Amino acid sequence: MPMKKKTVWAASPYLVWMAVFIAAPLAIVLYFAFTDKAGRFTLANIMGLGAYTTVFSRSIVLAAVATAVCLVIAFPISYLLSRMRPARQRMMQMLLMLPMWMNFLLRTYAWMSLLELNGLINRFLGLFGIGPLHMINTSGAVVLGMVYNYLPYMILPLYTIMVKIDGSVIEAAQDLGANAFMVLTRVLIPLSMPGITTGITMVFVPSISTFIISRMLGGGSNLLIGDLIELQFLGNSYNYNLGSAMSVMLMVIVLLCMSFTTADTEEMEAMV
Amino acid sequence: MKKRRALSTACFVLVFSFLYLPIAVLIAFSFNESKSRSVWGGFSLKWYENLFRNEMVLKSFAVSLVIAAAAATVATVVGTMAAIGINSMGRRARGAVMAVSYVPVINPEIITGVSLMLLFVVMRTGAGSALSRLLGRETQPFGFGLGTLLIAHITFCLPYVIFNVGPKLRQLDPAIYDAALDLGCSPLQAFFKVVLPQLAPAILSAFLISLTYSIDDFIISYFTSGTVQTLPIAIYSMTKKKVSPEINALSAILFTGILAIILLSNAVDSTRERRLRRAARKEEGKA
Amino acid sequence: MENSVITALQNIVVDFDGEPILTGLSLEIHDKEFVTLLGPSGCGKTTTLRVIGGFVEPKSGSVFFDGKDITRLPPYRRQVNTVFQKYALFPHLNVFDNVAFGLRLQKLDEKEVRSRSLAMLELVGLKGYERRNTAALSGGQQQRVAIARALVNHPRVLLLDEPLGALDLKLRKEMQIELKRIQQSLAITFVYVTHDQEEALTMSDTVVVMNKGAIQQVGSPQDIYNEPNNAFVADFIGESNILDGVMLRDFLVEFAGQEFACVDAGFAEREIVQVVVRPEDIRVVPAIQGQLTGLVENVIFKGVHYEMHVRQAGTEWIIHSTQASQAGELIGMCIGPDEIHIMHRSNR
Repeated sequence: MPMKKKTVWAASPYLVWMAVFIAAPLAIVLYFAFTDKAGRFTLANIMGLGAYTTVFSRSIVLAAVATAVCLVIAFPISYLLSRMRPARQRMMQMLLMLPMWMNFLLRTYAWMSLLELNGLINRFLGLFGIGPLHMINTSGAVVLGMVYNYLPYMILPLYTIMVKIDGSVIEAAQDLGANAFMVLTRVLIPLSMPGITTGITMVFVPSISTFIISRMLGGGSNLLIGDLIELQFLGNSYNYNLGSAMSVMLMVIVLLCMSFTTADTEEMEAMV
Repeated sequence: MKKRRALSTACFVLVFSFLYLPIAVLIAFSFNESKSRSVWGGFSLKWYENLFRNEMVLKSFAVSLVIAAAAATVATVVGTMAAIGINSMGRRARGAVMAVSYVPVINPEIITGVSLMLLFVVMRTGAGSALSRLLGRETQPFGFGLGTLLIAHITFCLPYVIFNVGPKLRQLDPAIYDAALDLGCSPLQAFFKVVLPQLAPAILSAFLISLTYSIDDFIISYFTSGTVQTLPIAIYSMTKKKVSPEINALSAILFTGILAIILLSNAVDSTRERRLRRAARKEEGKA
Repeated sequence: MENSVITALQNIVVDFDGEPILTGLSLEIHDKEFVTLLGPSGCGKTTTLRVIGGFVEPKSGSVFFDGKDITRLPPYRRQVNTVFQKYALFPHLNVFDNVAFGLRLQKLDEKEVRSRSLAMLELVGLKGYERRNTAALSGGQQQRVAIARALVNHPRVLLLDEPLGALDLKLRKEMQIELKRIQQSLAITFVYVTHDQEEALTMSDTVVVMNKGAIQQVGSPQDIYNEPNNAFVADFIGESNILDGVMLRDFLVEFAGQEFACVDAGFAEREIVQVVVRPEDIRVVPAIQGQLTGLVENVIFKGVHYEMHVRQAGTEWIIHSTQASQAGELIGMCIGPDEIHIMHRSNR
């Protein structure tokens, strides 16, 4: 259409903005990652990451565990939600998303006070003569914080996909002799796959890059990649080059994760 | 059947208590007379009083509001224009632009924050040395603060505007624009009289989403704000102190506020929907 | 039609992304006529309409209006209005504001806007619907709003792009009559796009049959039906038996292994031609009395008539008759000279 071409210019302010504030910063991160303080090319920063293998592997493991827990909780919840009456669905969905509107610092802080050695949970357990259990400043607490903060990110894409699954498909499977387990593995999970992959990305990425949850619930002994990066830029370590190398590494991990799950962009678009 | 419903209810009860109990406890202890986070010492409103006297919190809240309003406005205008431009691009160009637009959405927030911080550092030293040479003395062209914060917030809001307005634009019947031209509108008139009114709901929701993301953001602000404090940054500094029940009071206020807004918007939505449905039914009855 | 030409297309070429849509199309449209562009989907009829409306700029060729070249004139400066395929009503405006849209753009005084819009709504039978939300209207009512919205601006030419396509059959028949009534009472030119040949024949003064971006035939509905220019037109307009034949001499043609008297002349001797016989023009007689003899393969009751498929020496015939024969029966077929239409062979 001849009319359409004339409006392309409207995107130009955005294109400039993107170039300066999205593309250029990432290029600078790459530049810093491969240079030393004097600006000479070096691989020392990348090589230096070897010293932090434990932190990197801890981040991956904790984020993966949190993602798996989210999936296990979110799958049945999303399925049940998708089979409710529409009015009820809307209300339940709203109730599931409502805590997300609270700032995540406050949500994490809430668990801080619950998990403390003399916190509410230990006091409650104390009534039965149990404990006090050592809960805060453990890797378990960090995983709990991740699950609590990011569970809705798993429920939402799963639910969005499951709502579209026609009930008669499940009935047809039963009709053809599938038992509950077979319905789940042969019908429900394959049909929900796009939601599962989107959900995994949406939980795994913020989990692996967090530095707040680990700091507030993990104490000093559960450093994650995010904490390392923060230390290089605003903390005591103060080394932009190393921090950039870590950032590049984190991006590589995220990209690898996404290439496994191949999050559908259409799906993401529906989500945001 | 009955067993299944009971199981389903049990699942939801468990998940909802997991989601809401921590918040409920947080709010309950905002009325605690004592400083403790776990021992009830009687009812009191003193933490609310303290909160409203806490200059740091009030000021940071004002900063958050100003930044959010400005960032959301700029992002909405630039993003809506961008969506229109992108919509009329060729398939390949549109794909490329959309791919780059996803970067801030998919990238971990800490990377967005760190990369913007580095950009500002590089720009400041670059511009600083150039300026110093020009003026013959040490000068700093800009520092970290409201300006850098605003740029960062606009940057992460922009994609959300595009993802909200873009699909709506694609759904728009192109014949409606043609119809406006046909009836005598110039292209500009057609845009303002016909296209914009139909994009309005999407634009409004893009604005509101930007507003909430901006108010809510901590990580990106943390790396780009310098010494300026937004509300989340103020909250962060409060959580570093061992005991600060003002946080509980703040949580209670925010939660109630959010709840009110959501209930209100839901009520508005459902009455509008009901009215439309009623009108449609009436029409069917006549036909 | 002896009216003057109001709009004309001259050698219009349009292509989208290198794909030819219109290949040098020329057409004259006369004032106060009801002209229908008829053809299968993808034949370029809607594009032709959009060229007249100004929504598609031709790659080459000219558009004239009242003798002036308007090829480069944008749609909002043209004295034509359009009724769009899916109506394209403005969803954010009510019925009245939709209709008043064009008049308000002309900065007419609100009193005139009001009286003209109301009069137009009355003409299309929507009096009392002014404040309705357009989304709450039925398809037929939306259609009427779209017509009113276009006509209220007093266009010299109204363009209608398959306006009845979304309506059910009964409503469609009603609207056909309604549109014809409106066109006659306002005495303006209608250019109407459809793929429905019956619709075209019922409503039009002139039918323009199109295929593959080119005009196949222009003529009155009777001409188009009785004297198709080529096999495409014959096949597209109603059902036809189209056969290869040889013109033996003037007024004598051979096809289906028989010689037939006909009314056509002026072909070359022994020219290979195509012969069109309409299914309803074949008389069924007892087998021994027919010019041709065929075996009835099946009979379908169609309401007004029976449709029979008849095999005759390698040719499959379609016959419409008010009397049913039995499947498996041998019948005779007679075709009078008037019922045979002969065309030059077309390559398609």
